[in-house]
Amino acid sequence: MRLLSVEGLTVALPPGADRANAVQDISFSVDPGEILCVVGESGSGKSITANAVMGLLPKGLPITGGQLVLEGRDLRATTPEAMRQLRGQRMAMIFQEPMTALNPLMRVGNQIAEAMQVHGEGVQAARRVQELLAAVNLPDPAAIARSHPFRLSGGQRQRVMIAMALALEPALLIADEPTTALDVTTQMQILRLIREIQSRRGTGVLFITHDFGVVAEIADRVAVMQHGRIVEQGNAAEVLNNPQHAYTRALIAAVPHGRATAPATQVGQTVLEVRGVRKTYRRGGWFGGSVSVSAVKEADFTLARGETLGLVGESGSGKSTLARCVVNLVEPETGEILFHGTDLRPLNRSQRKPYRQRVQMIFQDPYASLNPRRTVGDAIAEGPITHGTPRAEALARARELLALVHLDPGAIDRYPHEFSGGQRQRIGIARALAMGPELLIADEPVSALDVSVQAQVLALLAELRARLGLTMLFITHDLRVAAQICDRVAVMQRGTIVEMGETAQVFGAPAHPYTRELLDSIPGRGWTPPATGG
Amino acid sequence: MRDFWRRYRRNKGAVVGLALLLLVFALAAAAPLLFPGSPWDMAGAPFLPPGEMGMLLGTDSLGRDVAAGIAHGARISLMVGAVSTIFALGVGVSLGAIAGYLGGFADDLVMRFTEFFQTIPSFVLAILLVAIFTPSITSVIAAIAIVSWPPVARVVRAEFLSLRGREFVQAAEVLGKSRLSIVVGDILPNALSPIIVLASLMVASAILLESALSFLGLGDPNLMTWGFLIGSGRSVIRLAWWMSVFPGLAIFVTVLSLNLVGEGLSDALNPRLARQRGGAA
Repeated sequence: MRLLSVEGLTVALPPGADRANAVQDISFSVDPGEILCVVGESGSGKSITANAVMGLLPKGLPITGGQLVLEGRDLRATTPEAMRQLRGQRMAMIFQEPMTALNPLMRVGNQIAEAMQVHGEGVQAARRVQELLAAVNLPDPAAIARSHPFRLSGGQRQRVMIAMALALEPALLIADEPTTALDVTTQMQILRLIREIQSRRGTGVLFITHDFGVVAEIADRVAVMQHGRIVEQGNAAEVLNNPQHAYTRALIAAVPHGRATAPATQVGQTVLEVRGVRKTYRRGGWFGGSVSVSAVKEADFTLARGETLGLVGESGSGKSTLARCVVNLVEPETGEILFHGTDLRPLNRSQRKPYRQRVQMIFQDPYASLNPRRTVGDAIAEGPITHGTPRAEALARARELLALVHLDPGAIDRYPHEFSGGQRQRIGIARALAMGPELLIADEPVSALDVSVQAQVLALLAELRARLGLTMLFITHDLRVAAQICDRVAVMQRGTIVEMGETAQVFGAPAHPYTRELLDSIPGRGWTPPATGG
Repeated sequence: MRDFWRRYRRNKGAVVGLALLLLVFALAAAAPLLFPGSPWDMAGAPFLPPGEMGMLLGTDSLGRDVAAGIAHGARISLMVGAVSTIFALGVGVSLGAIAGYLGGFADDLVMRFTEFFQTIPSFVLAILLVAIFTPSITSVIAAIAIVSWPPVARVVRAEFLSLRGREFVQAAEVLGKSRLSIVVGDILPNALSPIIVLASLMVASAILLESALSFLGLGDPNLMTWGFLIGSGRSVIRLAWWMSVFPGLAIFVTVLSLNLVGEGLSDALNPRLARQRGGAA
């Protein structure tokens, strides 16, 4: 018997949205002991699908058609009271953000016990909590049960969430992007854990993700969603290696292939040299001891003209801090930042101004990096205007730049909110290029973007780099992206560069154990996306 | 702009408030036409109840027309509210911007200074200031401005603190823009909505403060104001209720309409927040 079967599910969007239905006429099923991955880009309706199964849709999104059947029970005909019984007991959900999904004031053990008490199994709760925490491979379950969520790391919290979801041994587990907010090494641990629990207990899993690497890692079957419809469905191996639908092919082609590009052979003069830079964050003050965290401590590197150096590492490794030190958004305590032999660190605001033109930055979040109250043209032109270019000339140049980043030059008078994430990131790139920089610092420029948009932006960066001879410092947490775009990579861990070298060499024959661990954690590393010619 | 009006219109109370406020403005503007001559002049017999001898709202103990007093008082009240708010905004926005943008020691200094003003009850401070500097329209406005800028500084500082860390501000920094142009050109326009909302509420509280000062006899003795009208009617309230009730109603309606407008502005400027609060989506 099918565990969950969904037939022709349609969920309406409020009138005035960009399409009539959030999801339209989708059908899929999950068997016991099976992992079904629902893949799609943002806005494809995959989370809505998960929430519809759980009965957690907001009022504005009514189910207008189709059937949802869990273990032979029609979920649409179930009363809210009975739904509450089912949630937790027969089906459970893991959310994307482990940081906000736990009550910060309640001890972890009590939160798990609460899930059981709600369903009338409070008697054995105390004993079961520790078993569950042990089952999700948390060390020292007794101590963890007594701690508050803020003491746990992101990965540990996600384990607690999983323990909570498993508390009543549900038949169906719905995981909505459970690893997206986590670092790669943690992500791999969580994926393995879900795999293990699922095979041990025969739970059916509905796994929502946007990452084909994750799909390759754990899926038995895959459903690909686009604009609220399922465009392709089938066994994981088939869909991944022999995609039929054009959209699936495009998505898979957009997955960073992780093959190292040939390094730039010509080594020009040194553009940037960073030596002995240290940055320590302190908090606390007047009373009591202050806490200090050294974000960057041993991170020396040089960057030659025309080269792209990738700075890779997990969150908290200090890679962004290091990049921000170069443009002085963060002031390091010691060290030298030599740009063509001039130390930038001791310069004051006005002395630094001429260098601002030569070193520019692209930011991570395209939604936050553009001033919402300024037109695109002004945003691009304001840099050159600040440096003395006449306004008319700067605006004319802004039009050219928009064309250069493959946007319509007519967009110059529009405001950022009228653009999509990928388009905004192009505007951000145009703004940086408007200054005519030699050195471009890209701080996770594609990590907030969907995979197909990500591929376009990466291609654009590669093109611009070749055309304009840019030197680039490229910060990323995604090793596949780094492999694709960087000539050399530096791997950072806890503020230290632990390994640096040519991309092919570092990824092919990693010397440092941490590099090896990172490489082993790339989801779907056993799977090479097929060449689809697109 | 049309979009803004569409969102504003959604809040029915705010539309009513705006209509009332426009009425008060019209009354103030038309005062010299409706009631030519000074409101201090005797217009009829003393203590005439409303409606008698052509006195719409009656006369006071010296035979002055209460309606004329209210109309002329509206000009003073609105003027005091507007001017004192402008000054308070000037001080509050500048200090808040300095504290929020620079942070660190400057922030500590400015905020301690602000707290110094906040620890003194504002009405007592206003009375003290007016009493020291002799009651005149200038000293009343100054006193109101001095007691009402601290909340502005706090709001602006909080906005600046959160906006300062945003990436578009960092981008402006990397472009090499000067501090002043970042503060004025990038941060301030994004912090305007709460400032506008706060300003509309401050005008209301300034009108109340001015009336309270006039009621205590600390208003400008040469100007007819609502507070003065209530104050002069206080001793004879059992004999001539209309002397206090009508100016009181005028204050009530004006302050209420300003508050409604403030709430409407807040909904229109933060549509997402308004929807969360359960307003019609």
